[in-house]
Amino acid sequence: MSPRGEAAPKDIAQLLSSKEIAIACGPGGVGKTTTAAAVAAMAVAEQGGRVLVLTVDPAKRLADALGLKGIGNDEVRVEDEVFKRAGVTPRGELWAAMLDTKLSWDDLIRRHAPDEATREQILANPLYQNISGRFVQSHDYIAMERLYEIHSEGKYDLIVVDTPPTRNALDFLDAPQRMADFFSSRLLRWLIVPYRSRLVNVATKPFYQVADRILGTQFLADISEFFILFQSMHEGFVKRADAVTRLLSDRRTTFMVVSTLEATPLREAEFFSAELTARKLHLGAIILNKVLPDYLRSAKTAKLAQSMSDRVDALVEGLSDDPAMAARVLREVAESFLNFGVVARSEAEHQNELKGAPDVLVTVPFFDADIYDMGGLLLLGAQVWE
Amino acid sequence: MSTGAPDLLQLKLVFVTGKGGVGKTTVAAALAQLAAEHGQRVLTCEVDAKGDLAALFEASPTGFVPKEIAPGISSMSMDTEASLREYLKLHLKIPIVGRIGPLAKAFDFVATAAPGVREILTVGKLCYEVREDHYDLVVVDAPASGHIIGQLAAPQAINDLVKVGLIRTQTDWMLQILSDPQQTGLVAVTTPEEMPVSETLELTERVREETTVRLSAVVVNRVLPELFGQREEEIFEQLREPAVEQVLSTRAGGSVAPVLEAARLAVTMRRTRAEHLQRLQAGLPADLPVLLLPYLFTRSHGVRTTKQVAQSLGEELGY
Repeated sequence: MSPRGEAAPKDIAQLLSSKEIAIACGPGGVGKTTTAAAVAAMAVAEQGGRVLVLTVDPAKRLADALGLKGIGNDEVRVEDEVFKRAGVTPRGELWAAMLDTKLSWDDLIRRHAPDEATREQILANPLYQNISGRFVQSHDYIAMERLYEIHSEGKYDLIVVDTPPTRNALDFLDAPQRMADFFSSRLLRWLIVPYRSRLVNVATKPFYQVADRILGTQFLADISEFFILFQSMHEGFVKRADAVTRLLSDRRTTFMVVSTLEATPLREAEFFSAELTARKLHLGAIILNKVLPDYLRSAKTAKLAQSMSDRVDALVEGLSDDPAMAARVLREVAESFLNFGVVARSEAEHQNELKGAPDVLVTVPFFDADIYDMGGLLLLGAQVWE
Repeated sequence: MSTGAPDLLQLKLVFVTGKGGVGKTTVAAALAQLAAEHGQRVLTCEVDAKGDLAALFEASPTGFVPKEIAPGISSMSMDTEASLREYLKLHLKIPIVGRIGPLAKAFDFVATAAPGVREILTVGKLCYEVREDHYDLVVVDAPASGHIIGQLAAPQAINDLVKVGLIRTQTDWMLQILSDPQQTGLVAVTTPEEMPVSETLELTERVREETTVRLSAVVVNRVLPELFGQREEEIFEQLREPAVEQVLSTRAGGSVAPVLEAARLAVTMRRTRAEHLQRLQAGLPADLPVLLLPYLFTRSHGVRTTKQVAQSLGEELGY
């Protein structure tokens, strides 16, 4: 308790009980998707209410476990039966949805297009199809946009979001603002000025001279047409992007940075935490996954393993009918301990050096099997919960 | 390693990709190191400039202009604006170039919306370095597997979208370099884990269907050592029997339980990973070389580790 009598949340359960949106973010390959699903499942099991996990690219077995079949934007209810098979009676409802970038963009266009003709023209425009389907940065914006859309419908008590893999972990935070800037930019106006006036306008002439030579007039015309169409949705888009930005910094939103204790991901996670704080976004928790068991770090056991390795013959004497092989096995065992000990100790030190950690710092032990069903998710979730 | 595998060191341009967190940058650095040890002049290029590759040689982060970071290895970070600048300087001999500042910004803007523009500037610069023969080998620490396709397919996409203009004439020779399996290759890095393996299998398909670049090899990173064969595992189980463990603890002068438990964990980990490795191998074309790199039980990452990985890679490649 702080002197003023306010208690900061000390565990995930308390943190989530006061939030409506929890965004799992962090470097690639650390188990973000699984962690987000586990947190959502646990919230349903322990706290109840209606919880949605919005995921981006789950492993097939995990998607199957959540009942997510193929692509599509629909939110699906995870059957109570799935919980019951894992030995848990859920107190609430778990829902899951996958992010389909292309479909989400199409939805967005449908909402904002001023009329049917414009809408159809945009949806059919080759540049638009390229952007919505392939253009990687479009993931970032649309993920946050979809979150906003779902949240504003007010159907869920808690939405746990798994963030898309990005070139830079921060891209999705900046995406709404970039989108707004994009549509407000003077450059956009340059691009959509009628072709004839381009070459007489002093400001835009140099731009078009070079652009024409590099990209070709036809391509520029395609771009212009696309932007002219898009311009019609300008106001709606900017408003929307602002609203998405506001939602991310809302009190009801928290961020959970997920990482492992390996040097590179952890460095990225630290950077990310610092950026969240600098942007006045709520860094609610750091979740450290795949942490090797404590006993590997013991200096005393390492010493024992070393001495075992040095005198394996004496140790196995009379214990096996193949003493030579038993000695070799025991030496492997001892060496293996020492090997993992090096990694475990260096990871423990990384944890000690972790900077800017929030109140909730959770370590999740290494699981020696893959997590792909509700039982596994709840097992993982229970570790995050404690 | 299987015979008939392309020799990665004979290529001129190698893109190294993989899912986030599998050690893509480490493998790119090791490949550069290996080539340099064989007397090649190497250029490494970081596309998602985070400075991680330079750090693996204990050098400070690099910029667009290549800088030597280790003997025989120069390194650069991709910067599409600088690439555009260089391109304009080389190809557009018009006075406007002096006032390129705001123009570059304009192109950055166009590139944000027009797919392929940024990618073409990246791939273009890399192909240019190959064509000019400044280096024997260009190793690209490429975008993660989700993004690499867009990059490699960009010249073709631009070819389809842009019918005339300077860019159009440029994509032809780029495609020539990219499509030549004697010059250009893609290396997919993975780990023997569920998601990385699935993503690699998916990538293999997409590379074949959507790009003209050939996948030259799959590198499986962090392969755990096999502790025991079958007979040895039986003996291990005998040693774990409570009565035997008790004797061992007495003789060793302390409880050996955690030591045995750690080995059991290692065996289980190895087994789970072996299943994923099998799934990978079953899903890949039979003639595609799969190179295995061991898990390194080291405390840090730096030149020493890079050299270790380079050595393992060299052994897998038959050097």
